[in-house]
Amino acid sequence: MRSRARALTLVAGFLVLGLAPVVAALMNQPFYLDLFRRIMIFAIAAVSLDLILGFGGMVSFGHAAYLGLGAYAVAIPAFYGIHSGFVQWPLAVGLSGLVALLIGTVSLRTSGVYFIMITLAFAQMLYYLGISINAWGADDGMRLARRSQFGGVIDLANPYVFYYVVFGLLVALLWLGHRLIHARFGTVIRATRSNEPRMRAIGFSTFRYKLAAFTIAGAVCGLAGALLTNQTEYLTPSYMHWTRSGDIMVMVILGGMGTLFGPVLGAVAFLLLEDILSAWTVHWQIVLGPLLVLVVLYARRGLYGLLPGGARHDG
Amino acid sequence: MSWLLVVEQCLNGLQFGVMLFLMAAGLTLVFGIMNLVNLAHGSLYMVGAYLATAAFNWTGSFVAATLFALVATLAVGMVVEVVALRTLYERDHLDHVLATFGLILFFNEAVAIVWGRAALFTTVPRALSGQIELLPGLRYPAYRAVIILVGLAVALLLYVVVSRTRLGMLIRAGASNRTMAAALGVNIRLLYTIVFGFGAALAALGGLMAGPIYTVLPGMGEEILIQVFVVIVIGGIGSIRGALVGAVVVGMVDTLGRAFLKPMLSTVIGPSAADNAGPALASMLIYILMAAVLFFRPQGLFPAARG
Repeated sequence: MRSRARALTLVAGFLVLGLAPVVAALMNQPFYLDLFRRIMIFAIAAVSLDLILGFGGMVSFGHAAYLGLGAYAVAIPAFYGIHSGFVQWPLAVGLSGLVALLIGTVSLRTSGVYFIMITLAFAQMLYYLGISINAWGADDGMRLARRSQFGGVIDLANPYVFYYVVFGLLVALLWLGHRLIHARFGTVIRATRSNEPRMRAIGFSTFRYKLAAFTIAGAVCGLAGALLTNQTEYLTPSYMHWTRSGDIMVMVILGGMGTLFGPVLGAVAFLLLEDILSAWTVHWQIVLGPLLVLVVLYARRGLYGLLPGGARHDG
Repeated sequence: MSWLLVVEQCLNGLQFGVMLFLMAAGLTLVFGIMNLVNLAHGSLYMVGAYLATAAFNWTGSFVAATLFALVATLAVGMVVEVVALRTLYERDHLDHVLATFGLILFFNEAVAIVWGRAALFTTVPRALSGQIELLPGLRYPAYRAVIILVGLAVALLLYVVVSRTRLGMLIRAGASNRTMAAALGVNIRLLYTIVFGFGAALAALGGLMAGPIYTVLPGMGEEILIQVFVVIVIGGIGSIRGALVGAVVVGMVDTLGRAFLKPMLSTVIGPSAADNAGPALASMLIYILMAAVLFFRPQGLFPAARG
């Protein structure tokens, strides 16, 4: 009964996301199309973080680095006249995956608070690298001349097409994530979170599994970064700023970590809240900050836990 | 490049290292004793800088401004500990990160509301505005020299307090076994509040000394906070000695890298390539150092012996 109620809620949620462009078109409010597309892009980033944070127990505080790398992987080829998405998007995924592999190799040697600080420091290093390269816009960033081109098959310049591309990618990610979490690989990752010494004792090389998960999460977040530059048609190093990592992490916790749909809910809630609060006052962060402290203190389960039948931890 | 320039840059590196140490000492004490990851430590640095700047403009006395900022930030730290952080000690590190992230947003915005988003400028106190002659031909700003002396004095004082006084004994007891210390009649909650307050005051000391040489603006604490993380990771979390060594190393490497990497590179790869690569590489240097240290010693150079 309970799981059916939850399934219905989730289906309703996806219907809302799927039909949002139609509603926005009927109401003649293209702004909402933009907002919901942005929300879904961050939902992809948040789900990718949750793969390692919620399921793997790796508190990575540098996830925005991959968002930024994905964005650079679109903007730099575009700067040199290569607009093909068939080049840009695989590059975004590959580059951020590769960097995640390198960062993971160093930082997964440690754990706990060291891991938090190191992932944060590496992300910040990439941020400083971004702002110091004058050829690629430094502090100011670069304008994206045009969105990624897919040989006339998919036209991202059409806001509706772009919306459904993002929507399709989010749904695909959730489905693949569900498969991954329940496959042997996902089981090992989850088991490692709950008891790593035991997993090692029964013969698993936990480091390799964790590194693989860390790399996958980085690669997926790189895709979100590619989408984000296409969304804003702008690249700025601030995509990699550490507060962005904090935002993504807040989305995961707010929605409910260790679940696949939680981060999506969290992204919706966080960005809507940001939209509403910032319309109300420029000093909206003075409300958001204490709110965050309250969520941590009193609402650990996240929004997903509030859904009917959502209290169980699963994919 | 003359040797005078090298010496001067080394002193600048030491001065930056000392600033990093003031931050790192508080952060590592709080982590070592309460097991709390406090991202908002940079906010206390910022609060200290703002309070000192405001008090200096108001009273015109650097000494009064310093005392006011130290005491006020100590009070702010204690309030934050009692209101928001006390209940978090039993939770995991993720909760610490999120809650203190929330505190950062709060403090940055609060400062922006009171003093605006634009940077504040403040001047070096007149008595310290000159230069002193350290060696024949080597003149160095008196203010920066004072920062170095204050930092070294604080390091010595901390060492004496932690290893020679009753308070230090309680701190060490609380760090190694909280339950046992409490059972022996130590008021652990009060002790934690005091330690957090002193950590805050150390951060404020760093912030108020930084005011006249760097800019005072919202979010100023975060840049140094992340460099302090590098310091702590290199030095070993929870170790004051590690914090001192790590801070000096990071301060030196960062300052010397920024000063000399570009000219050195331009002799190798040519000036135009060095113009781009020099600053980029210099900004990454301390992180590369951190990665290298971690690769060989994952627990840092001076891992604190924790029970």
